[in-house]
Amino acid sequence: MDPPAEPASPANDAPPALELRGIDKRFGPVHANRAVSFTIARGTVHGIVGENGAGKSTLMNIVYGFHRADAGEVWVHGRRVDIHRPHDAIAAGIGMVHQHFMLVDNFTVLENVVLGVEGGRRLADGLARARAELERLARDYGLAVPLDAVVEHLPVGLQQRVEILKALYRRAEILILDEPTAVLTPQETGQLFRMLARLREQGKTVILVTHKLREIMAVTDRVTVLRQGAVVHETATRETSERALAEKMVGRAVSLQVERTAARPGGVLLAVRDLEVRDRFGVTRVKQASFELRAGEILGIAGVAGNGQSELLEALAGILTPSRGEIVFQGAALMRGGFGPRARRRLGLAHVPEDRLRVGTVTAFSAQANAILGYQDQPAYSRCGLLRGSAILAGCERKMRDYDVRPPDPGLRLSAFSGGNQQKLVLAREIDCDPQVLLVGQPTRGVDIGAVEFIHRRLVGLRDGGKALLLVSVELDEILGLADRILVMFNGEIVGEVASADATEGKLGLMMAGVKEEPA
Amino acid sequence: MSAPGRLPRWADLGLLPIVSLLAALAVSAAIIALIGENPWVALRLMAAGAFGSQEAAGYTLYYATNFIFTGLAVAVAFHAGLFNIGCEGQAYVGGLGVGLVCLGLDHHWPFWAILPVAMVAAAVFGAAWAFIPAWLQARRGSHIVITTIMFNFIASALMTYLLVEVLIKPGQQSPETREFASAAWLPSLPALLGRLGLNVSASPLNLAFLFALAAAAFVWVFIWHTRWGYELRTVGQNPSAAVYAGISPPRVMLVAMLLSGALAGGLGLNEVMGVQHRLLLDFPGGAGFVGIAVALMGRNHPVGIILAAVLFGALYQGGSQLSFDLPRINRDMVVVIQGLVILACGALENLFRTPLAALFARWRHPGEGT
Amino acid sequence: METYTLIVLLLAATLRVATPLLLAALAGMFSERSGVIDLGLEGKMLGAAFAAAAVSAVTGSVWAGLAAGVLTAVALALLIGFACITHRGNQVVAAMAVNIMVAGLGPSLALAWFHLGGQTPQLDAPGQRFVEIVWPWAERARATPFPGLLYAELLSGHSLVVYLAAALVPAGAWVLYRTRFGLRLRAVGENPAAVDTAGISVNGLRYQAVLISGVLCGVAGTYLSTAATSGFVRDMTAGKGYLALAALIFGKWRPYPTLGACLLFAFTDALATRLQGVALPLVGVIPVQFILALPYVLTVLLLAGFVGRAVAPKAIGVPYAKEQ
Repeated sequence: MDPPAEPASPANDAPPALELRGIDKRFGPVHANRAVSFTIARGTVHGIVGENGAGKSTLMNIVYGFHRADAGEVWVHGRRVDIHRPHDAIAAGIGMVHQHFMLVDNFTVLENVVLGVEGGRRLADGLARARAELERLARDYGLAVPLDAVVEHLPVGLQQRVEILKALYRRAEILILDEPTAVLTPQETGQLFRMLARLREQGKTVILVTHKLREIMAVTDRVTVLRQGAVVHETATRETSERALAEKMVGRAVSLQVERTAARPGGVLLAVRDLEVRDRFGVTRVKQASFELRAGEILGIAGVAGNGQSELLEALAGILTPSRGEIVFQGAALMRGGFGPRARRRLGLAHVPEDRLRVGTVTAFSAQANAILGYQDQPAYSRCGLLRGSAILAGCERKMRDYDVRPPDPGLRLSAFSGGNQQKLVLAREIDCDPQVLLVGQPTRGVDIGAVEFIHRRLVGLRDGGKALLLVSVELDEILGLADRILVMFNGEIVGEVASADATEGKLGLMMAGVKEEPA
Repeated sequence: MSAPGRLPRWADLGLLPIVSLLAALAVSAAIIALIGENPWVALRLMAAGAFGSQEAAGYTLYYATNFIFTGLAVAVAFHAGLFNIGCEGQAYVGGLGVGLVCLGLDHHWPFWAILPVAMVAAAVFGAAWAFIPAWLQARRGSHIVITTIMFNFIASALMTYLLVEVLIKPGQQSPETREFASAAWLPSLPALLGRLGLNVSASPLNLAFLFALAAAAFVWVFIWHTRWGYELRTVGQNPSAAVYAGISPPRVMLVAMLLSGALAGGLGLNEVMGVQHRLLLDFPGGAGFVGIAVALMGRNHPVGIILAAVLFGALYQGGSQLSFDLPRINRDMVVVIQGLVILACGALENLFRTPLAALFARWRHPGEGT
Repeated sequence: METYTLIVLLLAATLRVATPLLLAALAGMFSERSGVIDLGLEGKMLGAAFAAAAVSAVTGSVWAGLAAGVLTAVALALLIGFACITHRGNQVVAAMAVNIMVAGLGPSLALAWFHLGGQTPQLDAPGQRFVEIVWPWAERARATPFPGLLYAELLSGHSLVVYLAAALVPAGAWVLYRTRFGLRLRAVGENPAAVDTAGISVNGLRYQAVLISGVLCGVAGTYLSTAATSGFVRDMTAGKGYLALAALIFGKWRPYPTLGACLLFAFTDALATRLQGVALPLVGVIPVQFILALPYVLTVLLLAGFVGRAVAPKAIGVPYAKEQ
């Protein structure tokens, strides 16, 4: 991507858009922000990076008024402001686009934008005025959105535009974007960045909160690095690199690439033919998917979230029943009834789900209770219906040792573990019974870098041991780093297959956006 | 991160319910004062009425028996994520089953043969009354709270009809069946103890009390030490994770409700076979709703349920004594206390938990800022 | 002609029976649309019924009774709100707790104050009840069957509360769909986080919704003890609060379909009352207990049949806590 253009107005004479002085915040024993101080110049795009748990979201939530800092001051455009709730932040000209959109799904775009600033007790008057204003904004910033469309029917990229429009409609001068590209294709990301550049031209200030270093390098003017709640580095983007930023984020040298040798695929373990999967509402999510998975390889499935990968994974795991097609595993046609998740586990097909909190674990249970989730009827853990307490405990202790889960306390409830440790426990559980095929979804979402390295190494280790892995991830870097072969899904179809040696982000990005590969 | 501060497990299970209970009792005391009676006098009379004599204690435990059954019923459903408000109706119909068995067999079979059949009937009839609401929730998503409440009303209508038109003893005015022959009577515990040489005053306390304790033990093993209990708790905590693990939430919810109804039916053994020796109107007498209070106070754990059931048994027994001495108060006051306990233990936890947790934090780490 | 008269009388009875149901259902609509489950309709109505009858008996004024009824229901609503909104307690449990508590408190207070075994005194003095309002020329119109009888029985001759309830349906629809408050209310029941980020207080909106619910339940309860009957009797709501909730669910939380559901319930009830003791072809006389159970059976059928997949406001029942 091109280096950013020079900021339109030099920031030296105008007061900084945002200045934080000594922001401090604790949540019980956790010190989320430690005396954070830095300045953001007006009319720039400023990046804030850090690992999960570094305190970036907390900091922005304080600026937006969701939380109150325990100490410290916030200065906006040279004036000190007391922000106690979002209302105050909005009044100070701060707008925020959250990672999970704050939209009312069954309202129209117009109703969503206007919520909170309706312009009068009776809706009709305010809505008409808002419509005119929004059309003007859309023109000025290139943010065209159909105002009367119901939000839940809009694609994600457009939904994000509604969020931005909301902020601009409230006359935001400072726009905070929290992990905005998680749900976008590379092309949509490019569009977003062009829009941000345009905002900067108009004199707005943009704060980009992300953990994606490549985007920081691509679009920001300056970047602040947070680690464990404190500011550890601040620099002009021009004067740094991805590797340098990663080191500052973690505090030590980090290899951004996973070391691995070439794959040596063996026999076919899992075959999928013409699979069609419908979701709970009857909408077809996977259309005519066909592929094979061999022992000793990692097959990556790339694609923007929502293009059918989740449903494909669920169908392979036995959670969703396909409406058409075939899944053959170890010679058994899994489509014939009776092969639910439990039976599949017994045959050697394990599943690390995409959403470990909502699906993969029971957060209220202890670690040892979670360590048998899905395996509670295996003879190792229960006999004649009675649970074998000591075997379960010993098994959990072993898993925690082998996978370096901390703290190694089987009786602790799972919600007390960090994301990385939770994920390691889930991985330990699924690998424990020596499956032949492992289905993995978003293995490092919400996981700190140390655990990411550990998990990646384990996955590659499994592959080297002759197992077959199906890896679904929205993080293109992860796919590029781990997969031997890559399938790209768009709109429920597999639109292309690329060997890892030939895979580039550009090529994959086009496929992820639906541009089919031309046959050579 | 900032959930209302965590309490150590023992405090969460033991201390918090007691604090909630005290709060509920404090408000009740205020209401009693409002009515014009002295709360301390009321409390003393209730305590004396509940435990002041062997007979009183027997009555207290007899009431507790009912509440153990319904408390266990509500708790089992809670663990599966369901709110079973239908214990009243399920107990009523469970008792119908017991009554039918007794009426049919009491002149023909000996006691030890009638008993198991009656137990099965109590469980099956109680479970059957829970089946339809359970099935509707599992398959159609119909709100189980409303359907179980409706089934309480329907049970009442059904039983009234049966007792007035069908099962009534011929030639009698009051809607009751004839009295069972002694082969269909559960032996009274004072009588049993008397045969062992211990002289205890007579009371309605009967063998069903031991069955209730056995049921509590069974529930404890089932919920926490079997694989089905594990699956039940998983469904209650996180249905999506249950599906991922290969568990079927609709099936588990149905089984949980059937088990719940069966436990509620146990009340029928106590009342119909143990005390009344006949079928009559409204023998559950509100125990189904007390079961909710008992389950919440007992944190859905059998030990807590037994303790809470005894407490409510004391309230019931003490409360009925109260109305003799304080004409302005009657059993309705106990219902008020019940409601307050449910509110305090079931919905106001956070109100009590936060200051308690703060106290604990201060006690554990004196001097450290929050 | 006999049948026509019967039908008109039946419809008139339907309107009267539907009134408390409709008021309670509208109450529930506001609360549930904002995301707070409203199982407490039963208790709020019962409490209001007691307070209204008691105060009316003591003061001799039904208007004082109405005020008392509304205040009582509002107090109970705020109690539930306090537990569920401020302290994020379980909404179902809190509501059931209040229902049970009120079921005991009403007779307790009645016994203590009036010594009548748990009832309030009969309201027979003038001014203690809501009386039927007879429209002009109704008596003369009665003679002509059509449209005279319709005018005399169906339109005229209901108490004030019935007309109020009817007016509240379009009023409620207007508030819900055409005002700023209604937009925010619907938003907070679907996605409270969106409302919070827009700078509006989630809890404030929910409290307002719960307050409205209290007011409407207060009117409903007052109607029961001062218009439909003449005094408070223990458990007099007999499940109407839950029937109203079922009607609301069946009406998909929208004002006009809810009205339809309430009318359906009321019609069934009125019809069943008429059929008591009447021999029907093929089945003979239906036992009175079965007739009394009819509304409850109907509720179950409705909840089972069509409503199984009704989509409630998305955020209902979930206490709102800020994301960390």
